[in-house]
Amino acid sequence: MAKKQLVQVKINGREREAAVEPRLLLVHFIRDVLQLTGTHVGCDTSNCGACTVMVNGKTIKSCTMFAVQADGAEILTVEGINKNGQLHPLQEGFKEEHGLQCGFCTPGMLLSSLALLEKNPQPSEQEIRWGISGNLCRCTGYQNIVKAVQHASRKMAESKTAQGGAK
Amino acid sequence: MIPPAFEYSRPKTIPEAIALLLQHGDDAKILSGGQSLIPMMKFRLARPSHLIDINRISGLAYIREEGGFLKIGGLTREADLEISPLIVAKYPLIVDTAHVIADPQVRNLATVGGNLAHGDPANDHPATMLALGAQIVATGQKGDRVIPIEDFFVSLFTTALEHGEILTEIRIPIPPPKSGGAYFKQERKVGDFATAAVAAQLTLDTGGTCQKAGIGLTNVGATPLKARKAEDFLRGKKLDEATIAKAAQLAADDAQPSSDLRGPAEYKRGLIKELTKRALIRAAERAK
Repeated sequence: MAKKQLVQVKINGREREAAVEPRLLLVHFIRDVLQLTGTHVGCDTSNCGACTVMVNGKTIKSCTMFAVQADGAEILTVEGINKNGQLHPLQEGFKEEHGLQCGFCTPGMLLSSLALLEKNPQPSEQEIRWGISGNLCRCTGYQNIVKAVQHASRKMAESKTAQGGAK
Repeated sequence: MIPPAFEYSRPKTIPEAIALLLQHGDDAKILSGGQSLIPMMKFRLARPSHLIDINRISGLAYIREEGGFLKIGGLTREADLEISPLIVAKYPLIVDTAHVIADPQVRNLATVGGNLAHGDPANDHPATMLALGAQIVATGQKGDRVIPIEDFFVSLFTTALEHGEILTEIRIPIPPPKSGGAYFKQERKVGDFATAAVAAQLTLDTGGTCQKAGIGLTNVGATPLKARKAEDFLRGKKLDEATIAKAAQLAADDAQPSSDLRGPAEYKRGLIKELTKRALIRAAERAK
């Protein structure tokens, strides 16, 4: 067995660390070592995106990265998207628009949608579909996922305007 | 799926990385984006006993024009290539290519250097770099060595990089005015490897006659292929329906496809013919 190495991360705002083998995948570090099981292993072959998390602000497939590579990084998983216990507009959108059935792809979809809206707050339908093109869903046919993201985009724009108006 | 155990180093400089490569011999592999290598390790098709992670080495990711060349650092991420104002403005062939590599998550990590150094005929940049007449800069113990792209792809998963060398830069001669390129990729679904794909780069003169042609083929052989017969045919000819059709046929003749899950060999050959035609038409439009 290879010598274990210390991996230190800030995950959903919390400092966590553990000594792990280099071959431990980031997704297994998150799920098994850190006990954050919202991130899912779907295909394990870098296709489905159920393992999507954000590392240093960029969405990546955590089944295709070793935990040791993320040493010192800031990680965001689905458990960290809510705002002080309030649903993020995206989570609200998935709820309101029935953007999930079995829910297995949903954490990955949420992270990819979050990344999309951060870069492009008012995406077209084409842009939404392109933005989630690294995430596969076997249940929904994507239609309601698109609506969920559109819902979130509207809500986030509204709250921006509301904040502006409150000055 | 779990790779076999391996040791992991994260050097801070290129000389450190090269020293580690030489120290550990053939069992050591460079880890760049990892989006090709890690899946292979998970299948245990690749079993390096030592991974050398170069992701924290600074100064390896850049996109700039200098001395008559577009220079792209080996660690440049596909996502950054896609949105680079310089690439978007002047190198649509490269934008086309980066855009169809896998998906947004993979593109955040995947590097141009890795896409070439992995030596996979199914990767997309090789055909594009063949079409652009690029040069590969290999950095080793004795310094930099420049390898012309047409000599770079040796066989399946084997490039001209010697052990102890790291691909640090890709150099593309800045195309003259009236140049244009395009990449057309057929895939079963978004994010897939190419069933077949074609990169075309053309330089025309004011009369519309082809001065230079570069055509690269993806995933129709053991290596990425240069469609030399088609390129030679087009040089000095006016681009019209007949010459484009003939060039497309010559490119298809040069393809060496295998039948697999993505389709029969003859289907892929037919794809090359059609995609070459479309790529040449788009490249010519962009060259105006």
